[in-house]
Amino acid sequence: MTMINAAPRDDFRLSMLIYDTRYRAITIQLFVLALVLAAIWWLGSNLQANLEAKGRPLSFEFLWSRAGYDIGQTFIPYTSDSTHFRAMLVGLLNTLVLALLGCFFATIIGVIVGVLRLSKNWLVALLTSIYVEIFRNIPLLLWILVIFVPLYEMTPAPNAFKVTDEMIASGTEPAASMILGGTVAVTNRGTYIPGFLFDRGFEAGWMTALAIFLVIGGSLAAHLTLTARARRVQEATGVRPTTWWKSLIVLFAPLALLLWSLGFHLDIPQPPTRFNFEGGVVVQNPFVAMLIALSLYTGAFIAEIVRAGIQSVSRGQTEAAFALGLRPNRTMNLVILPQALRVIIPPLISQFLNLTKNTSLGIAASYADLRGTLGGVTLNQTGREVEAMLLMMLIYLSISLIISSLMNVYNRSVQLKER
Amino acid sequence: MSDAFFRTEMTPPKAPPITERGVVKWLRENLFAGPYNTILTLVALYVLYLFLSSVIPWLLNGVWNANSLQECREIVTASAGEGATGACWAMIRERWNQFLFGLYPQDLYWRPAVALGLLLVAIAPVLFPKVPRQLFWLTLFYPAIAFFLLWGGSIWTPIVAMMGFGVMALAYRLLVPLSGVTVAAMLGVLAAVLWWLFIDAPLAEALSAALPVGLQSVGSDQFGGFLLALVIGVTAISFSLPLGILLALGRQSDLPVVKMLCVGFIEFIRGVPLITLIFTAALLLGYFLPRGTNFDTILRVIILVTFFAAAYLAEVIRGGLAALPRGQYEAADALGLDYWRAQRLIILPQALKISIPGIVSTFIGLFKDTTLVSFVALLDPLRGVTSVVRADLNWKGIYWEPYIFVGAIFFVICFGMSRYSMYLEKKLKTDHR
Repeated sequence: MTMINAAPRDDFRLSMLIYDTRYRAITIQLFVLALVLAAIWWLGSNLQANLEAKGRPLSFEFLWSRAGYDIGQTFIPYTSDSTHFRAMLVGLLNTLVLALLGCFFATIIGVIVGVLRLSKNWLVALLTSIYVEIFRNIPLLLWILVIFVPLYEMTPAPNAFKVTDEMIASGTEPAASMILGGTVAVTNRGTYIPGFLFDRGFEAGWMTALAIFLVIGGSLAAHLTLTARARRVQEATGVRPTTWWKSLIVLFAPLALLLWSLGFHLDIPQPPTRFNFEGGVVVQNPFVAMLIALSLYTGAFIAEIVRAGIQSVSRGQTEAAFALGLRPNRTMNLVILPQALRVIIPPLISQFLNLTKNTSLGIAASYADLRGTLGGVTLNQTGREVEAMLLMMLIYLSISLIISSLMNVYNRSVQLKER
Repeated sequence: MSDAFFRTEMTPPKAPPITERGVVKWLRENLFAGPYNTILTLVALYVLYLFLSSVIPWLLNGVWNANSLQECREIVTASAGEGATGACWAMIRERWNQFLFGLYPQDLYWRPAVALGLLLVAIAPVLFPKVPRQLFWLTLFYPAIAFFLLWGGSIWTPIVAMMGFGVMALAYRLLVPLSGVTVAAMLGVLAAVLWWLFIDAPLAEALSAALPVGLQSVGSDQFGGFLLALVIGVTAISFSLPLGILLALGRQSDLPVVKMLCVGFIEFIRGVPLITLIFTAALLLGYFLPRGTNFDTILRVIILVTFFAAAYLAEVIRGGLAALPRGQYEAADALGLDYWRAQRLIILPQALKISIPGIVSTFIGLFKDTTLVSFVALLDPLRGVTSVVRADLNWKGIYWEPYIFVGAIFFVICFGMSRYSMYLEKKLKTDHR
């Protein structure tokens, strides 16, 4: 019988830390870790020494002191007596609202332009290509300035819209007129748009909002049950019952009834008799400029993503769907879009992330976003540079991480299921 | 039968109907195919008309010679009649130097001009394979030359700093046979860092005391305009690519500590807006350095912009690495290549080729983002110089012209970059599909 010797047990020598691949990994990692820790310790001790020299140890107490400045656009109650913390919340809300609306409009623009760019119509394809190339190759900052500066410097003052009795008598037109059928006024103080009014609404505004939400939710649920039943009938008998008019009624009739019973009507801004418009809602110009610039800029990027997504679905898929007898409409919905979306969604979400981060360029239009309040006025007033910047970065970072983790969940759900 | 008729010659082909040839066919197919398409065409034509009818007269009435906006408007009214509009390009003529160089001393304009010319020569061998290879030597030394030309000062400062890289290469060469690639690279970097920390400054000082050769020095606060955008853009682009490759490799690494650090760095940088990083560079960096250290704002901004672009590049390159078939890695291992050789010879060339479009669009984004430095009081061409011009009494009220001018230059540069990436993709395409 042959003896099988155990593998020679080699004793550990110091040189193995470098030459033996099993140990070298540990050496390298320890080396890197030591370097990084040393760097962090060095930066931290410098920071401490510098702050001590300034007599301002790291502290977030300033968040609870009086802010003392006004903010143009607030979605929650805020006065100059509120705390810096509340100012930060106001800024954060402004950032989020701008980002949400921006993503919404950018997606609409992007999808339309992306589809039109693939159009067989030569002129339309050319114009949309020009739009995409121009917006993608010129800095966003330029678009913000190009939109904000005329909105601020070239638009008329509110009293240019004034109509007096003498003017009616002599038949002269006011210096400026409202657009979109006399419902929207663009002025240098802001853009006046119609608001919502309820004549017979509930006492508390939130009750009205809740009622509307409940009715919309109920309608949607009813619509879904309706289509689900139609699908069941179709699967059982092969004939799909007509649903479109039932859906229309279920979706819109209850809401219309509710709005009518609440006495809903639009509150159209009335041209000023003295200085300012009466009624309506005023949207601050920085917000308008940022929204337009961000939507157009990001829309160009989204258009490219949509185009690439649609082109990534091979022609054979369309032909196969036609061969099965599907109509173009259903081919798009059932065959092409589901496959294109898998390609489109990840870069789309990263564009949404970019847009959210780009809202910080509101500084160019003096928009009161998170950077404008916490990283702007608060930082300058309190001199708490380190704390304010740290907090601001943390907030932006958590927004990004939340959105990208949602994206990962989605990605996993649409991934090709492979064995 | 003999009375059967046989055609002995072909009938000449008839010309296709008018709707199937020439311009009419093209129009029918491309503009008026069906009612939906016709409506689209008409809408597009209307939009085009609205745009062109207001812009073309404005462009045609443009004035190139005037000293103020007032004078411009008078000339337009005189030549085109009351109520006509016209562009006032005279402003750009007058402020041309400021748009290009910012506040750079007027008599020294030749220095940035020479630096730009040399940049084009130095970049040529990188971009185009047909350019003689010897030019790479210029590329290698270009950073020192450009630094010397732009900032001036003693000639020894850049030379001694470049010698640090020489020390790194020398240490690496000497140590490779003794200790292997990884350790030699680490020690080489260490040697270079020691050189820069302890030998660099005294040696440069001693040399310039012994042999004072140099140019008049120009401070960073005098940089501006497209000079500033190019300095930040070109430096950040050339440093972010290697850093981005290292970060991407680190993120794919088997070493958990390295991987964790790279992921943390990439996710942090990608999670915050660039503007907060630029503010950090301008406001906070001083807090994290020993007391009394104060270094150049442009340099700080370049460092943070480089980090920013590197994190994005790392993600792009990671995509390229992930797209490579597993077999490539296994083949490299089977050939017995060590980690760095496998990366350099097998993995990276393919991964980088796949990620070219992403890399170039990151570069384009970086170049566009150089305009953000205007928020830390640097004189960038877009917001910095333009607001200086618009604040001038002579040009008060001027609006579209500076933005059109600056936007056009950005467009040309960025569009050029994206076209180059297409050319590169086509050139490197090796599959035969």
